[in-house]
Amino acid sequence: MTTNEPDTTQESQASPALTQPETGGREFVRFKRVNRILHVIMIVSFMSLALTGMTLKFAYTGWAAFLSRLFGGFESAGYIHRLAALAMIGIFVAHVVDIVRMKRHLYKSWRALLLGPDSMVFNKRDLQELIGNFKWFLGQGPRPQYGRWTYWEKFDYFAVFWGIAVIGSTGLTLWFPEFFTRFFPGWLLNVATIIHSDEALLAVGFIFTVHFFNTHLRPEKFPMDIVVFTGRMSVEDLKEDKPAEYEALVKEGKLEESLAEPYPPSVIRAIRIFGWTALSIGFSIVIWIIYAMLFAYQ
Amino acid sequence: MERGHTMKSVIQTRIYRRAAHGTVTARFLWLAGFLAVALMPAVGQEKADCLVCHGDKALEGTRKGKKISVYVDEKKFDGSIHGALSCVSCHTDLEGKELPHADDLEPVKCGTCHAHEQELHAKSLHGRAIERGDALAPACKDCHGSHDVLTAKDSRSPVSPLQVPYLCGRCHREGSPVALQRKIHQDHILENFSESIHGEGLLKKGLIVAPNCASCHTPHSILPHTDPASSIARANIAKTCTKCHAQIEIVHRKVIRGELWEKESNMLPACVDCHQPHKVRKVFYTQGMADKDCLRCHEKPGIKSSKDGRSVAVSPEELGYSRHSKVSCSQCHPEVSVSHLRPCETITKKVECSSCHAEIGQQYQVSMHGKLVAKNDPNGPTCKECHGTHGVAGKLSPASPTFPTNIPLLCARCHREGQKAAMRYAGAQHEIIEHYTESIHGKGLMKSGLTVTATCTSCHSAHNVLPKNDSLSTVNPRNVPQTCGRCHHGIQEQFESSIHALKVGKTDKPLPVCSDCHTAHTIRRADETGFKLQIMAQCGRCHEAIAKTYFDTYHGKVSQLGYTKTAKCYDCHGAHDILPIADPRSHLSRERVVSTCQKCHPGATRRFAGYLTHATHHDPEKYPFLFWTFWGMTSLLVGTFVIGGVHTLLWLPRALQMQRQRRKERGQKQQGDTK
Repeated sequence: MTTNEPDTTQESQASPALTQPETGGREFVRFKRVNRILHVIMIVSFMSLALTGMTLKFAYTGWAAFLSRLFGGFESAGYIHRLAALAMIGIFVAHVVDIVRMKRHLYKSWRALLLGPDSMVFNKRDLQELIGNFKWFLGQGPRPQYGRWTYWEKFDYFAVFWGIAVIGSTGLTLWFPEFFTRFFPGWLLNVATIIHSDEALLAVGFIFTVHFFNTHLRPEKFPMDIVVFTGRMSVEDLKEDKPAEYEALVKEGKLEESLAEPYPPSVIRAIRIFGWTALSIGFSIVIWIIYAMLFAYQ
Repeated sequence: MERGHTMKSVIQTRIYRRAAHGTVTARFLWLAGFLAVALMPAVGQEKADCLVCHGDKALEGTRKGKKISVYVDEKKFDGSIHGALSCVSCHTDLEGKELPHADDLEPVKCGTCHAHEQELHAKSLHGRAIERGDALAPACKDCHGSHDVLTAKDSRSPVSPLQVPYLCGRCHREGSPVALQRKIHQDHILENFSESIHGEGLLKKGLIVAPNCASCHTPHSILPHTDPASSIARANIAKTCTKCHAQIEIVHRKVIRGELWEKESNMLPACVDCHQPHKVRKVFYTQGMADKDCLRCHEKPGIKSSKDGRSVAVSPEELGYSRHSKVSCSQCHPEVSVSHLRPCETITKKVECSSCHAEIGQQYQVSMHGKLVAKNDPNGPTCKECHGTHGVAGKLSPASPTFPTNIPLLCARCHREGQKAAMRYAGAQHEIIEHYTESIHGKGLMKSGLTVTATCTSCHSAHNVLPKNDSLSTVNPRNVPQTCGRCHHGIQEQFESSIHALKVGKTDKPLPVCSDCHTAHTIRRADETGFKLQIMAQCGRCHEAIAKTYFDTYHGKVSQLGYTKTAKCYDCHGAHDILPIADPRSHLSRERVVSTCQKCHPGATRRFAGYLTHATHHDPEKYPFLFWTFWGMTSLLVGTFVIGGVHTLLWLPRALQMQRQRRKERGQKQQGDTK
């Protein structure tokens, strides 16, 4: 496994015949357990927030009234919304705690964590890859050799930070209007409503279209990529999708330690059912939003 | 004493004046006369002596300190029934007194001669009132006059039959002090009398035998009907009436053998029970028309009209329990002729209920129903359509079609969809009966059996039914608050001072009344979810723009979803007491807005009340913050989606191409492996 293949600079040249016997059916572990759990909670929380929130935003549609009733009325929907918001904040806090722990035990310094090769922080290489990718789109060059995190993955990651800050703060204002109007004028609640609602629309719209395409619907992943649930992807996929990371791992001889046995088919089936559910809800919301904006806008 | 002197000088000057006009002889004669008068004062007690002074029109005396004329018209006195008497016959206190006499004579005692009359009068209402010192009470001369007393037979006398109503009317006409200040149970006595058959006979036809006031009340023994001695007491009334109507028992068959009438009048109706004291009228009480006579034929179930063959049967049973059980047939069917074998054959007209129910009849005539009937429209309902005929029962009887719980069904006969009234109606109300039945009023009436609940007639009135656009209609928008206020008085009071009230609201646009928000026939409980949600649409019909902006807020959106817990129009603005915000009484005035918010948000402060409940992000002038926030957010959204969208759309074809290539390569590789 530690053998260094000289002809792996081009993804298409990577030979599965060479690596396959070495993996022994094992798969590359891309996401650690805590992140997988956090992502599942985030999906549940996000879907709940989106569904309950949209009932208010598009209250003038029949769908909204139906859903609101399904949630047990606007008050019950409101409790679900706030509970999910607390879960979301919990995820955020857990992730930050995880980062601090990673810094302490793994990276030792913030510099290593934030500027290292596995960092989520944008760097010069991302800009190059972005330009390279657009060139590739237009047939002007090869597909960039992506490393561990692509620039759109980093964008999605920071979008969550931004979203939690914007939607979370305005949401709290609307949750405790009596408290906040001790310090701020009443019209700030109106402003908070607009920001909360439109930012949520942006988040929901972006996740259920652009993120869904980037991650699940693009032809090589279609119909869905369950790596975020299993944490595992085939080495072959890694080689094709993140050639730079693969290379680095092989070069450093760390691929072997990143391999694990795949989950049994029953677990995979359960994961796929969950995935399908999330995808369906997401698409339904998108269709509902489009319908509401185009045909029922008031 | 002083008074005596003046009297003397007056007499002297008068004698001189007269003398100045006469001849010398005459002067001498008068002087002799004067001497005679002066020298023989005690002798002069003849009428002429009195008239020397009292023949002067300007002569004044005093009574109880008041100046009064003491002139006596010699001609009238001579013509009076007392013309042959001397003055002192009545003014007995002057008997043998020196002339001129002192003032303040004793009142004349008519009883000296007319002892019986005096006695009756003293016991009567009038006499007792005089005794009490009632200034309004009449003494003898108030009716009979003083020096000009005439017999009742003399048509000039105020007590002659034709004059009596005017005489009594002086005090007993409507509006006189007696009628106003004394307790008299009858009203419009003179008017009623003059229209009665008695009054008509007396006053119009000049029949002096027709009864006047005194005929029933007696001239002197006037007593209240509660006094057993009174001529109009229940026990005596028959006797009084039979003074003229001597044979009346025979025609009144209810009186067994004609005896009970007088003997046990308390068991039987007295004359006045049917023939109202002053309203006695001829039309109703045709002689001899006892119900028994009519029923002899009409109780046969098969009896039919000889004219048009319709049934004219009358069920005695039905008559028995009807509200008119004590009203005789001929009272409603007045054209009967007693002289005919079939007295009813002279009947030409239909029953005219307004003969008795005059006021209701008037209302009915101007109502839509009455107008239709007047036009001979077959659709117009007459009295009997609603009230029935011989079995007519009052609205208090549950068996009556006009009993509250039966009214909707009664009106439904014509106003139910498909029936004649519903067919000709062109307004906006449909399925009225069905809607009413489901409304809060209908449920209250039909399901809960509350007879006080509003029925059709409560709002539309029973007899004054008019279309909505008639300004006199009880359901005309101008009158609706008052109509509803008859039951919902407290609400009407609130509403009348609100900005929506006609007196308050200054606008050329139509102002809403109860029915605009609550509807007419589908009125629901105000605490029902459906109503609460509907009411916002009602406000929005006029306040279109402001209602729209409400739906942009959390309050509005939750309401839109179908929940009533968030603030709706009336939670903040009030329901019936809506006032402009500038009015300090308004729920949203500066003084009250915070407490209004606190109804739902206990921790609300003045800053909290600054929340824009009707904010829109479409108005950069009014709400620049919201406008720019909205467009800032929208730009962010559009920008992000454009970039994301372009990225994805460019990616897709390349990704497909790449996928195809990979598949091909894998295929080749597999082929290579199998080889």
